[in-house]
Amino acid sequence: MIFMMKMLTGNYASAWGAKLARVKVVAAYPITPQTTIVEKIAEFIANGEFEGRYIRVESEHSAMAACIAAENTGVRTFTATSSQGLALMHEMLHWASGARLPIVMSVVNRALGPPWSIWSDQQDTISQRDTGWIQIYTENNQEVLDSIIMAYRIAENENVLLPIMVIEDAFILSHTMEPVEIPEQEKVDMFLPEYDPRYKLDPAVPMGFGSLVMPEGPFMEYKFKGQEAMENAMNIIDEVDMLYKENFGRSYGGTVEEYRLDGAENVLVIMGSVASTAKDVVDKLRNEGKNVGLVRIRSFRPFPYKRLRYILKNRKSVGVFDRSYTFGYGGALFTEVRSTLYGLSTPVKGYIGGLGGRDITTGLLEKIFMDIIRIGNEGIDRDYEWVGLIGDKRW
Amino acid sequence: MLEVRFHGRGGQGAVIASEILATAAFMEGKYVSSFPYFGVERRGAPVTAFTRIDSKPIRVKTQIYNPDHVVVLDYSLINAVNVTAGMKREGLILINTVKNPEDFLFDVKIIATVNASEIALKHSLGSHSAPIVNTSILGAYAAASGVVSLNSIKKAIAEVVSRMVDENVASAEEAYKSVKVMKK
Repeated sequence: MIFMMKMLTGNYASAWGAKLARVKVVAAYPITPQTTIVEKIAEFIANGEFEGRYIRVESEHSAMAACIAAENTGVRTFTATSSQGLALMHEMLHWASGARLPIVMSVVNRALGPPWSIWSDQQDTISQRDTGWIQIYTENNQEVLDSIIMAYRIAENENVLLPIMVIEDAFILSHTMEPVEIPEQEKVDMFLPEYDPRYKLDPAVPMGFGSLVMPEGPFMEYKFKGQEAMENAMNIIDEVDMLYKENFGRSYGGTVEEYRLDGAENVLVIMGSVASTAKDVVDKLRNEGKNVGLVRIRSFRPFPYKRLRYILKNRKSVGVFDRSYTFGYGGALFTEVRSTLYGLSTPVKGYIGGLGGRDITTGLLEKIFMDIIRIGNEGIDRDYEWVGLIGDKRW
Repeated sequence: MLEVRFHGRGGQGAVIASEILATAAFMEGKYVSSFPYFGVERRGAPVTAFTRIDSKPIRVKTQIYNPDHVVVLDYSLINAVNVTAGMKREGLILINTVKNPEDFLFDVKIIATVNASEIALKHSLGSHSAPIVNTSILGAYAAASGVVSLNSIKKAIAEVVSRMVDENVASAEEAYKSVKVMKK
């Protein structure tokens, strides 16, 4: 087997993923820090290395509209965006999932202003939770590339047919160069056969799409099918991850990655690249005799509640870190985890931090782990809190 | 793990320098990561970039707070930024300046200087007001630190830099020879 290792940023890894998936149409609008994804794809196409067609549009709303139209004709499509761009796409996101179009989109997690910020947090994608898109959060650049290939396999499954966001943290992944193994094209082609949907726009076989339905008509039934597809996706994400391991030797845990949970009493639940740093912190604390472990949620939608409940049910205490906020209550991941554990006696506490690109240091993560150990011994003091604020001496 | 922090100004190529160094170490079989910290995105603004090099996979994704080595691409930054913040005392600092290592009082083990601006200009890299010094300073870094070979730096330049490769390689070679190193 020939391994091709390249030094790639998260954004280039994303562009390579789209190229290897033999995407036919890319419609995108540049926004920092996503820009280099579409620049790289444009370069691939200009060099004749990528057969897809690139459509320049004037906004993210149009980018998604173009992807929807292209995907409706039965071709594989890709786009990428970030932050305010994703927010502008919001209306079309509902359309893409409602029309059951397996579009794959790279989203580079960036804060939403104001105050203006180009740096990372997960507010942009968390705000799109209810648009019916599958959301996969990645930890490193290899996973970005692999997840895009896996995403098409998951999305195009007849029991799923939902669009997927493959999400990477701004700068921490998007602009960080790491060694990445590029899978062989022939193997990707075998893993990802040509997309050939059963229903598509075809002048020879006229069909209507997205028509008006009456309250007595199939609107609710149609939405219920979307719900079923999301539930199906939960298992299919796990299956595709195992299949990917068989074919390419790498696995990420599917919907959930478990790290050092053997005998772990105090567990932190986290999403995105900060999990990578947190693994180093877990190792350090384990060496000091503390029974800590880590759970990384890869799939925020569908939310793997069954697996998570099983993984967390006998732990002494659980902490949940959110790199986003929902003003008026704790973080979105925290509320999901706590409702997943409803009825169990395990204390669950939320921590909100790392907003607007504030560095999540090993020191901060260590303090969070110590707090999780503390609530395991003393019980919970408050439901959630913001960590790492300037002037807050506790953190 | 070796941690290197680059201080430059927008347009000097600090981010590319961190990428070339990472690529060179990667070519020598090391695990690496390289990443920028952008301040304001404009020419002349202070820019920080980081490179990590290790013999095992690198997981930590924070900024570098306790660098082993610091590379300063612009002499004027010494009065604007605390370039040695958190630096390890057994570390190395390399500065682009006309001065000699003896002129600096940094409390670190190795101080090195190189006139990277002059070398860059001689090879037509950048303009007089904004020379692109990243490849010259990396030649000097290879000599002063011994972390990577000059040959790997040259190969990495060819990989990362898309234009004026010969001029960049020649700059690295010249700086490799002309760097001044003072060890305490």
